[in-house]
Amino acid sequence: MKIIIVGCGKVGMTITEQLSNEGHDLAVIDLNNGVIHDATNNFDVMGVVGNGASYNVQMEAGIEEADVLIAVTASDELNLLCCLIAKKAGNCNTIARVRNPMYNKEINFIKEELGLSMIINPEYAAATEISRILRFPTAIKIDTFAKGKVELLEFIIAEGSLLHNCSLIDVAKQLKTDVLVCAVERNEEVIIPNGSFVLHQGDVISIVAPPRNSRMFFKKIGVDTHQVKNAMIVGGGTIAYYLAASLLNMGIDVKIVEKNQERCEQLSELLPKAVIIHGDATNEDVLMEEGITHCEAFVSLTGIDEGNIFLSLFARNQSKAKIVTKINRISFDDIINTFNLGSLIYPKYITAEYIVRYVRAMQNSIGSNVETLYRIIDNKVEALEFVIRENNGIVGIPLEKLNLKNNLLIACINRRGSIIAPNGQTEIKVGDTVIIVTTQKGLQDIKDILKE
Amino acid sequence: MNYSIIRYILGWVLLFESGFMAMPCVVGAIYQEKSGFSFLITALACLVVGFLLTRWKPKNMVYFAREGFVIVALSWIVMSAFGAVPFVLTGEIPNFVDAMFETISGFTTTGASILTDVEALSHASLFWRSFTHWIGGMGVLVFLLAVLPLTGGYNMHLMKAESPGPSVGKLVPKVRDTAKILYIIYFVMTIIEIIFLLFAKMPLFDALTTSFGTAGTGGFGIKNSSIGDYSVAIQVIVTVFMILFGVNFNAYYILLLGKNKKNVFKMEEVRWYLGIILVCILIIAFNIKSIFGSFGVAFQQSSFQVASIITTTGFSTADFDVWPQLSRTILVVIMFIGACAGSTGGGIKVSRVIILLKTVKQEMGYFIHPRSVKVIKMDDKAIEKDTVRSVSAFMVTYVIIFGFSMFILAFDNLDMVTNFTSIAATLNNIGPGLELVGPTGNFSVFSPLAKCVLIFDMLAGRLELYPLLLLFTPSVWKKN
Repeated sequence: MKIIIVGCGKVGMTITEQLSNEGHDLAVIDLNNGVIHDATNNFDVMGVVGNGASYNVQMEAGIEEADVLIAVTASDELNLLCCLIAKKAGNCNTIARVRNPMYNKEINFIKEELGLSMIINPEYAAATEISRILRFPTAIKIDTFAKGKVELLEFIIAEGSLLHNCSLIDVAKQLKTDVLVCAVERNEEVIIPNGSFVLHQGDVISIVAPPRNSRMFFKKIGVDTHQVKNAMIVGGGTIAYYLAASLLNMGIDVKIVEKNQERCEQLSELLPKAVIIHGDATNEDVLMEEGITHCEAFVSLTGIDEGNIFLSLFARNQSKAKIVTKINRISFDDIINTFNLGSLIYPKYITAEYIVRYVRAMQNSIGSNVETLYRIIDNKVEALEFVIRENNGIVGIPLEKLNLKNNLLIACINRRGSIIAPNGQTEIKVGDTVIIVTTQKGLQDIKDILKE
Repeated sequence: MNYSIIRYILGWVLLFESGFMAMPCVVGAIYQEKSGFSFLITALACLVVGFLLTRWKPKNMVYFAREGFVIVALSWIVMSAFGAVPFVLTGEIPNFVDAMFETISGFTTTGASILTDVEALSHASLFWRSFTHWIGGMGVLVFLLAVLPLTGGYNMHLMKAESPGPSVGKLVPKVRDTAKILYIIYFVMTIIEIIFLLFAKMPLFDALTTSFGTAGTGGFGIKNSSIGDYSVAIQVIVTVFMILFGVNFNAYYILLLGKNKKNVFKMEEVRWYLGIILVCILIIAFNIKSIFGSFGVAFQQSSFQVASIITTTGFSTADFDVWPQLSRTILVVIMFIGACAGSTGGGIKVSRVIILLKTVKQEMGYFIHPRSVKVIKMDDKAIEKDTVRSVSAFMVTYVIIFGFSMFILAFDNLDMVTNFTSIAATLNNIGPGLELVGPTGNFSVFSPLAKCVLIFDMLAGRLELYPLLLLFTPSVWKKN
């Protein structure tokens, strides 16, 4: 597809990287020619220096033939203007990032009336992601397939867990639940395991299962799956606001620590039910006084990544809380992972992932058949949902007879609402949705799971 | 430094070369010449070496600008070294330095020859000589990018290092598609020229080799008199196509696929290029009118020569060395200007000359209004400071290389005009110069050392100086 990206900041660059790796024709527009240089040097894209809201600049980037325009500059108004102009100039789909909470309440009106295909609010998306994690604190990350009927959960095998030194066949025999372990990360290496694979403590594993089964599974291995009862949020920015609002809605007690007096007053006005603490969270005493040792969830959302990392490390030492750490900018993923900071939230990845997911779904109607796509275990593994629309080379053949690619697993089949855990004799039928977990990137069609 | 990616891509270059070399084998078979076997042996050698080098795919396919430059420079050297082998094997050019000179002259689309009697060569060798022009014209790595499914944004580093011009842009978002489009335009234009030449009753073999020479703006003729003995119609066709191949290929893309075809006429570089050609043709035509008798013939001769020199092709129809000083001087000046960026021609490039002139104008402005702020523009767009800086640096590097070459050539104790124009002719990838290296002379007069310097100049000229200079920079070769 031909895609134009306006604004090449953190999110713009992440989207550019993912979409260009998937083989789309990209043009990026930015006012700063330095970032355009970076983009064109690192990725196979065309760069245009200029104001993305200008008709001429859009024409130069090829708006007339573009399928989608994604506006992710720093300014909400500019993004909306880009989309409006693109709509008139090229009649393409448009995606805008709009982050001002003022607009957030009117988002549907803006979207409908201005004819945008999608509006993404990164802070809101990040907050949604965090609240989903706090609802189910055992997992590092949760994604859903088949309209919520199947969950993909990522969690760490704790010390002394039942699963330690247990092969996957034994797991299935002992626990008698339909849960599929689809990916394991051990020592920074990702493995798509088979039945004889033996789990160890410290492994990060991803499982696919219907929600009921996964609850059962966790119960049987003796892990608590209740949602947290209270949460401490450090830093009172926009994400904190959205998150607090959603947690309060779920009946979770929220405590926000923020060092700016004015902002504290604003928050207390916006969130009357929350406890707002005015204080500097980098001061140990403040946190101790507010009971960090007893909180069940600790979320560090300050604007400084290093600060967040330290706060989370401190919280890990002081309490047994579920820890969520926001990272904005730092890119040393591998190092950060060794700190064991609990769930990491990268607003830029979340935003990018939402947009890429939308683009994929769009492509669906044109050629590719990917319904949803998730990246798990630091983007090393992809979980994809395919819809089987027609009779192709895969339909009606027992899975054991298919010559599948290496490191690829058929995790789950959704047949008219019922979830099937596939075995060797299972056949795929037309109308099914199939969930594939693989380290092979860039699958476009269900046929791509076969060896060439 | 990612050595394995260098090995891998060099391997592919050799595989492609062995494919290219199959063509002269076929020619040798058709004319039943023994020299065909020399090409066959070399082609097989390329195939084996290339196969071994590409056998193991590098684990790390990531590379950066410096690897890009090194790959391009090494590819051209390795390609030329293998390309020179058949000449030695057939015994037509027994000395390896001479064979190397001839091959590099071919690949770099220079067209300077050390042969005194071209017509003595076998058809296979003649074909290979001209075919190297065609390969070198658009660049072998651009070809590789168009054909090989190398993924990632890194490929732009290769394209940048091989394509001529101050700044290399893409026509379409993907490098691979851009490379394909360029090659398609190049290929189709070559075919059209061949058809035109056939219509003008040129024999097929001559039409093929002449078209290759024109398309790559190379200039190897297959006759001792270059194009001089062919009919006027053929000369005119070659003139027109030389000028066409010297135009920035982006112009053709806009004409064929662009939405706003009028933009072609707004391309400042193309307008300057055509303007310079027209003015030079007219001045020289008036200047040489007395030699040819009528203005018509003088115009035709002058246009052929101007087109041949400014596009850095180097074909000749007349011995311009005996023309009046004014004409000779103009020809030497346009040697330096060269063709448009993004064409197959060499030289400093019209766009660089425009930017330099505008920089000079800007500098003068600073003397008059010391506080004035002025941005250099081209095609109504501001030129980045970086581009201006790199153009100035290019010019300085160019002068240094030129001066250094002059110094080494002086050891041969030939006259100044010969030395000066032979460096101008090689560094700008033209071919013939003046005096001893004029249209009737050749480069066999030089000592092996001087030939090596000229070989360096040809490569440096084709690859726009820096890739080759980087090879001699120790820090490039460090592992990290």
